[in-house]
Amino acid sequence: MRRFAYLRPARLEEALAAAAEPETAWLAGGTNLVELMKRGVARPARLVDLAGLEDLATITPLAAGGLSIGAAVRNADLARHPVILRDAPILAEAVLSAAAPQIRNRATTAGNLLQAPRCAGFLDPGAACNRRAAGSGCAARGGDGRDAAVLGATEACIAVHPSDLAVPLVALDARLRVAGRDGERTIALGTLYGADGASTLPPGELVRAVLLPAEAAGFAGHARYLKLRERTSFAFALVSAAAALRIAGGRIVAARVALGGVAPRPWRPAEAEAVLAGAVPTDALFRAAADAALAAARPIAENGFKIELARRVLVRALTLALRGTPARVPALAASPFAPAGEGARHG
Amino acid sequence: MAKVPVQFTLNGSEKAEFVESGATLLDVLRDKIGDTSPKAGCRQGTCGSCSVIVDGELRLSCLTLAETCEGASIVTTAGLAEGGVLHPLQRAFMDAFATQCGFCTPGMIMAAKALLDRNPDPSRDEVVEAIAGNICRCTGYEPIIEAVLSAARSNSISAA
Repeated sequence: MRRFAYLRPARLEEALAAAAEPETAWLAGGTNLVELMKRGVARPARLVDLAGLEDLATITPLAAGGLSIGAAVRNADLARHPVILRDAPILAEAVLSAAAPQIRNRATTAGNLLQAPRCAGFLDPGAACNRRAAGSGCAARGGDGRDAAVLGATEACIAVHPSDLAVPLVALDARLRVAGRDGERTIALGTLYGADGASTLPPGELVRAVLLPAEAAGFAGHARYLKLRERTSFAFALVSAAAALRIAGGRIVAARVALGGVAPRPWRPAEAEAVLAGAVPTDALFRAAADAALAAARPIAENGFKIELARRVLVRALTLALRGTPARVPALAASPFAPAGEGARHG
Repeated sequence: MAKVPVQFTLNGSEKAEFVESGATLLDVLRDKIGDTSPKAGCRQGTCGSCSVIVDGELRLSCLTLAETCEGASIVTTAGLAEGGVLHPLQRAFMDAFATQCGFCTPGMIMAAKALLDRNPDPSRDEVVEAIAGNICRCTGYEPIIEAVLSAARSNSISAA
């Protein structure tokens, strides 16, 4: 591992000043960065540890409604926070579907959103990877496509975004509070990701918080995150879906949908939401929404199975969302193909 | 770049070490202090064999930079026995034949301790979830789950 200088500022201004130096990386939970440094994929000269900035680790209500989730709130704390469980339990469901307890105890909100792809080409410094070294090529192009996107892949990069948490956050129109030496700004979470999924933030900028709009709580009673993976725990999504509905008078008043594991970015299919909005929920409607969401999907190598899988996972997530958010997110994710049981209503 | 001084508490005793830039807590525990109870398995955060408890929280020592542990309180499996008497979890793992090669055992015991410290009466699913980040390559999960449930039962009996 390349040697680095380690700084642990106690104030945001100090942190931003320290990060103005080149080759600086923010250190939050370190669960992704330290691994990348060990592999030689990340080689920062300076680490600025965010552990001393206490206000980054809190969840607070916003004056205009909604929530501010600090960038350094640990995944484990997010998943058990009473306000999250009341207003956005789908975030807890997504977080608990990811990684393992040891990782969730350290991994943070913003670190999760900014994590690097798990594409084998990206993780091998000896392999060609346009994302890691622009113009070097793409080793994954010659592979079986298992790690590859079926939506939104670019010529340069076909890796999928690995975050679970980002999927419901994008669906719920989350924004980011970003701080730099020139001040602060608020951006839509969707714009954090470039076409290849890499962060669009300039070096030295820091995500302070994820802002969840007040409207998000209106979906809390009918919102589910469903993740399909090769084993029940500690695995990234083959495909996943966030489905959030607002139901009134037997109709879907509003729908929010996003897909994970299928694209370089958390994928928000507006076409599917348009199919759902205002309609009476039926199996046929959900299938039509899933068809719309995947209409533009194209296989790479042997990953065509992901397209049908994503359709079915989205239909299933919508079906579960319609039944109602369970009162408690279970310790172990149930099989997505098991009977859904009573479906106790949330709140 | 000079070595960096780090002070922390390990199983109740004060430690002060000079660490290299980039050294992990796992490196320092095993190679500098000589506590080899945390195991170096994958070194990439995917096997759980290096699990330790830092400030009451289950962590992967292979992904924890030693420099970030200044002032921390660290517990490893080597620190669980008191006065030569094994911790109830260690006893339960022996009684349930929950070790085969033994490599995953200290990480499993740390994960189980972290669970029982905050949830003394876990369900079977909660035990499974708590050790989801710990891999056993001898396929011994069933006796491990039984051992953790048995330790929880014996704790609640002795507490009653």
